[in-house]
Amino acid sequence: MTGPKRIGMEVSIAISEAVRQCDADVISAYPITPQTHVVEHLAEIAAQGHLDCEFIPVESEHSALSACIGSSAVGARTFTATASQGLALMVEIMYIASAMRMPIVMAVANRALSAPINIWCDHSDAMLARDTGWIQYFVENGQEAYDMTLCSFRIAEDNRVMLPITLNFDGFTLSHVIEPIVMLTDEQVREFLPPFTPLYRLDPKNPVAMGPVGIPEIYTEAKKAHDEAILASRAVIDEVWADFGKRFGRHYQAVEHYRTEGAQTLLVGMGGLTESMRGAVDSLRDKGKKVGLIRLRLFRPFPHEDLRKALGDAGTVIVFDRCLSTGGPGGPVASEIRSALYNLPKKPAIVSFIGALGGRDVRTSQFAELIERSEAIAASGSIPDYEMVGVRE
Amino acid sequence: MSTNFNIFAARLLSQDELFTQGHRACQGCAPALAMRLIGKALGFNMIVANATGCMEIICSPYPFMAWAVPWIHVAFENTAAVASGIEAGIKALRRKKRHYIDTGEKIAIVGIGGDGGTMDIGIQALSGAMERGHDFLYVCYDNEAYMNTGIQRSSGTPFGASTSTSPAGTHSIGQNTQKKDLAEICAAHNIPYVATANVAYPFDLIEKMRKAKEAKGPAVIHLFAPCPTGWHCTASSSIKLARLATETGLFPLYEVVNGKYGLSLDIEKLRPVEEYAAIRNIRDYLYDETAGCKDAQGRYRHLSPDLVARIQEQAHARYERLKAKVRMTQEW
Repeated sequence: MTGPKRIGMEVSIAISEAVRQCDADVISAYPITPQTHVVEHLAEIAAQGHLDCEFIPVESEHSALSACIGSSAVGARTFTATASQGLALMVEIMYIASAMRMPIVMAVANRALSAPINIWCDHSDAMLARDTGWIQYFVENGQEAYDMTLCSFRIAEDNRVMLPITLNFDGFTLSHVIEPIVMLTDEQVREFLPPFTPLYRLDPKNPVAMGPVGIPEIYTEAKKAHDEAILASRAVIDEVWADFGKRFGRHYQAVEHYRTEGAQTLLVGMGGLTESMRGAVDSLRDKGKKVGLIRLRLFRPFPHEDLRKALGDAGTVIVFDRCLSTGGPGGPVASEIRSALYNLPKKPAIVSFIGALGGRDVRTSQFAELIERSEAIAASGSIPDYEMVGVRE
Repeated sequence: MSTNFNIFAARLLSQDELFTQGHRACQGCAPALAMRLIGKALGFNMIVANATGCMEIICSPYPFMAWAVPWIHVAFENTAAVASGIEAGIKALRRKKRHYIDTGEKIAIVGIGGDGGTMDIGIQALSGAMERGHDFLYVCYDNEAYMNTGIQRSSGTPFGASTSTSPAGTHSIGQNTQKKDLAEICAAHNIPYVATANVAYPFDLIEKMRKAKEAKGPAVIHLFAPCPTGWHCTASSSIKLARLATETGLFPLYEVVNGKYGLSLDIEKLRPVEEYAAIRNIRDYLYDETAGCKDAQGRYRHLSPDLVARIQEQAHARYERLKAKVRMTQEW
């Protein structure tokens, strides 16, 4: 039996290799755990002459993204990576990069935010960037991280999109894990990914101004245009993922269903933990329980309609967030799903759990318990706004 | 060192206006004049990265744009980083023969920021860009405070100046810190070219811009440019005050070329800073403008003679130190 070769590879390295195959022109980055392996490997690739690029070892994440805007503005294919506090430092510039329509690709090895300082995974950093106007998706495993890196440049640089993308992958539990990866050939990537041809660029022969003052008379319209652009990017995202599936046999959707046939209770998750959630669904299905998993791959633009279709008929929807919206609605994903379903005539009970913060493990058996317990919570008629799981008190 | 002070040939200057009329600067704005001179010096083959600040605000209220060259504004503190990215992007695309600019002619990549955007919030990005050796030029136009936000003190505000966040009062002399020495900070990065310039000396300024463009690596120009609104002086006095700042030794003109210091204008006898601060007639000025000194700066009106004496001492000491650096490095 022959087929594409599976290579054992650290997931961070797989992302770097994808960036090499995409022939990035400029890579600008500042080290932060657990992102470091991505840019270390890219620096090595550049140093060995395997990728002809400018590698800018900047003095902060703020400058990393700022330099990315500069290089993207002249028409260079641009990549960076970060995590946690680094992303927090970038957030100011993230708003600017997206509103200026710079197709930068950024890998985020998701990590908790300080304080207390914590280097392990949760989604607080990604949620901090929720409203920055970037396309955001969450991958589940190494293969997907690799594939999504390739798709990211094509989506971001599409002239119908022209928006930056964050590719979120769990810090350590994914970034530092060696997984079997099927790589494409450089030739296949070249065929899949056209060269970057921006509509506008900083060119002395054809001067344009980028980032001027938005007076009150036009600011609202600029925001509306940005919102329309990111909503319209959904069609291109679907198109690129479909093309990727057609070419290489690995199919991706914004919202993924796992054993949802006839499910009364649906668990919703994002990122690497969904692999454990699958195990929980399997064990409960084996016991005859009608449960399933909805995995959210695409977070921005938020797939409202897909979720209404996927969740509208369920009795109970359990949303597991890896982030706490402190002093607010609890789980950010749960609150978005609540709002997506709120206007449905018949809507499921929504139970919001928050856990796996700062690298705390949540096991398959615990997810199974949560699913079972949530049915009792929903039946009680008194659903709390949210519950933090695994808290030692 | 420089011989520019012996020639006056305005007609030989480029007739092109790259920073065009119709921008929204105040009357007598010296930074706007500086932008115009930068444009004339560098020509159309340039890309401007502009920090947030008064020059960015006045030149770009959408849909208007005063610059006739490609221009980008990202944020307040990151102009040098943005310029780094522009430089790196062009370099990579040219090397990979994928660039839209097919001529090999050097494009001047110019970062422009005010004193606040450079000496305070932007100094990290500038330091990083200088250290990495990007081939770009950075101009700090220094009007000695955060002007478009309402005249708040910056680290470029000189000792004794009253601003809205360092106001003079019964318990305050105004700004009580020393002006940050940007040119020295940049020179300490061992970059090929650092210079100070002043709008009152346009030919020197233009010459230095050209040298900065030709330098192979980072070049920084600290450009003195008065703000009549912020300094509370008349619009017609900005050039006169700019000239006095140099003639009193408060803002000497010099270059540091590959570590070697050279005075652009060697002033044998510095004028007293009293003339610059116009302290002598300030009381007359306060009560009767027609009788007083029209060139007085309101930001200094509270200064007592002993504070003026301190400023005088600082000016002399700094100028002597600078001359010593010139003597020392010329011997190398």
